[in-house]
Amino acid sequence: MMLHVLLALAPAALAHVWYFGPGFLFNLIIASAFCVAGEALMTHARGRDIEAALSDYSSLVTAALLAFALPSLTPWWVTATGALFAVVAAKHLYGGIGFNVFNPAMAGYVVILVTFPLEMNLWVAPRMGDIDYISLTIMQTLAYTVTGSLPDGLSFDAISRATPLDAVQSGFRDMRTFAELSVNPMMGDFGGRGWEWIGNFTAIGGFWLLVRKIIRWQIPTGVFAGLLLPAGLMYLVDPGTNASPGFHLFSGATILCAFFIATDPVSAATSAKGRVVYGFGIGLLIFAIRRWGSFADGVAFAVLLMNMAVPAIDYLTRPHIVGHPLRRGRQ
Amino acid sequence: MSAPTYDLGKLHGGLRLEGHKSESTAQAIYRVPVPAQLVLPIAQHVGDAAQPIVGIGERVLKGQLIAEAYGTLGAPVHASSSGKIVAIEPWPVARRYGDNAPCIIIESDGEDRAIEPAETRPSYDSLRPDVLLSMILQGGIVGLGGAVFPTAQKLMQAVTCELTYLILNGVECEPYISCDDMLMREHAREVLSGAQILMHALSLDVAYIVVESDKPQAIQRLAEVMGELDDERLVLKQVPTIYPSGGEDQLVQLVTNLEVPTGGLPTDVGCLVQNVGTAAAIYKWIADHEPLVSRITTVTGDGIAQPMNVEARLGTTVADIVNFAGGYTERAQQLIIGGPMTGKSVTTDRVPIVKATNCILVLSEAPSAGVERPCIRCGECAEVCPIQLLPQQLFWYACADDESKLRRHGLTDCIECGCCDLVCPSHIPLTADFRKAKGRMQELADEKARAERARQRFEARSRRLEKEQRERDSELAEQKEAAKKAGPAAIAEILKRKQQQSGDD
Repeated sequence: MMLHVLLALAPAALAHVWYFGPGFLFNLIIASAFCVAGEALMTHARGRDIEAALSDYSSLVTAALLAFALPSLTPWWVTATGALFAVVAAKHLYGGIGFNVFNPAMAGYVVILVTFPLEMNLWVAPRMGDIDYISLTIMQTLAYTVTGSLPDGLSFDAISRATPLDAVQSGFRDMRTFAELSVNPMMGDFGGRGWEWIGNFTAIGGFWLLVRKIIRWQIPTGVFAGLLLPAGLMYLVDPGTNASPGFHLFSGATILCAFFIATDPVSAATSAKGRVVYGFGIGLLIFAIRRWGSFADGVAFAVLLMNMAVPAIDYLTRPHIVGHPLRRGRQ
Repeated sequence: MSAPTYDLGKLHGGLRLEGHKSESTAQAIYRVPVPAQLVLPIAQHVGDAAQPIVGIGERVLKGQLIAEAYGTLGAPVHASSSGKIVAIEPWPVARRYGDNAPCIIIESDGEDRAIEPAETRPSYDSLRPDVLLSMILQGGIVGLGGAVFPTAQKLMQAVTCELTYLILNGVECEPYISCDDMLMREHAREVLSGAQILMHALSLDVAYIVVESDKPQAIQRLAEVMGELDDERLVLKQVPTIYPSGGEDQLVQLVTNLEVPTGGLPTDVGCLVQNVGTAAAIYKWIADHEPLVSRITTVTGDGIAQPMNVEARLGTTVADIVNFAGGYTERAQQLIIGGPMTGKSVTTDRVPIVKATNCILVLSEAPSAGVERPCIRCGECAEVCPIQLLPQQLFWYACADDESKLRRHGLTDCIECGCCDLVCPSHIPLTADFRKAKGRMQELADEKARAERARQRFEARSRRLEKEQRERDSELAEQKEAAKKAGPAAIAEILKRKQQQSGDD
């Protein structure tokens, strides 16, 4: 099952490398190494069967999701911290797979996001044929990943660009309208150059998982509805100070979240109705954080917050048990 | 002639399982010859065991009563062939709890002489329903679908309810089992005549005969006989082949779209369900005076040389039947009495077939359970649960022994069909865990009841002691009062007496 998830992520990974360079691969390798090491270490410490724990590939999925969340230029110790926190603290301290309350990848990501804000905001410019940008070579990327320093003569400002979400958020702060901001070629057609195409490739993998019945429709639908309904409404009411629903859909991690992050069965709600509610809640929170929060994207926080709501959601959305009175009596 | 209909209610979940039925339905039903020894348990039904009324050494005839119905949920046992009683002793049996049970053992004389019916009976439709019901009780007839609930008692409960439909269950949804299929193919008239008797006993005007779509030959045969009988009250219904649509409550839901209330019976929604085999057994008893002394059993699986359906006398051992079916194959590994989903695995083929035995399944290997892993809450189990439970949540609460949550999530509504086990990617034996949790819940309830009884006893005792104390006190007070009235002389008298008393001690 987890192997299918990894395969489904492959198109998005290739797109990521194409637009943001080979750094993604280094991050993926480092995250995988530390996730697997953490998993092995903790399983050993808990006296469980290491082979069984590693053979379900769940730690690799965690690593992959974490890698997708990281900027392509990330020093190795940042990635390692996130990976270890995800597996050791968020997963194994709660009892290992099946018992973790929080989505491990998102827990790991949030920890490094608040611990290393500078490193976590260094997004290079996406590959754009028609615009000037500086890209690092493979060796330069590797050097940065290992040492955390850029080649001589290059500053952070020269290579990094604000992500579309950042740009829009700070643009609104400067009282500019969405229409003005969209003129910037970096904004692409909907959600930003590169980002929207990565989104498309992510969606391909997502649909494949749906067809293979590895994930179910309720959570993705819930996430999209929860995000796009308020986004659409606000955009209709005031298109100046609100980003379009298309922008919300294609920028940041919306699509990845809907198909791959929120659908982690362990930390998600488990009844059919509950999954819709859970997904919808995540969508709403993503919108709220992007619109009113201080972080540019809110996927990780939204997922973690809804993780906490899961027991209540599950309890309140129990399906009608055959033979029980139709209206559930309060007890 | 009524055509099969499809206007059905919906059942949640369920599974399309591989049927494995064609192996055993290729040939007609064979009769297993009467074996040298018959082993008849005195408890072949749910409820109180029957009381033996024969002694060792006594000669009995086929159809003779050898153990009487006892208690409110009783069913009698009849000798399944003629011969001599040689023992009444514990013998291995296949049942849910325990391995041995008291059995009456008959050494058959090979003559198979039947007992003469005591009286000639009038035709059933001239009998009053209550007379018919008590007659059914004497036939030792129990539900042959597997639940073995005494039929007469089920009917007696049913006549107290407002009934609309008689439902004959010919669904037989569990893999491998095909005895009802073969019964309907070869004895459709007995089944339908049984339905007519039941309708008369219950004063009902509609009988649905429900058959799964994977039994076209049975459906065709039933339809033919219905045409001959020309009884408009009989309606044939075809249901999709989905396990577990043959469960009593599930069948009611499927056919009438009514849910049997939790803790209730199909009669609560106006339905009485009987297995087709039971209907045929009732017909045989009422019309032919033959009590329940034999049944059709499927003997199948890749561990059996010639899978088939046999009609065997109750009390024939599994070993005899397997021999009749060509013996075991080299691959035979596991013996299951009943189907692969709800059957009971046994370790010896000395067990006899009883009223409940619808299948003898011999498999080459135990269905591989796989290594159990933690639950990842994928929810596959909830998708297939016919009761719409959340097995993933129940499992969680069962591990935590959280009784109130288990109750609220409907543990007691679980029908133990095993669908969740089959789809679980982590290979968790959910049904077994739920069975255990139910057991613990029952224990807890018993414990509570015991504690309550103890408390009541204690309170009654303290009340009694208090009362006695009060009586003593008032008596003493009276004495004091009397002494006061009598004056100092009397008191001196009393004191003297007391001193004397203590001196005596």
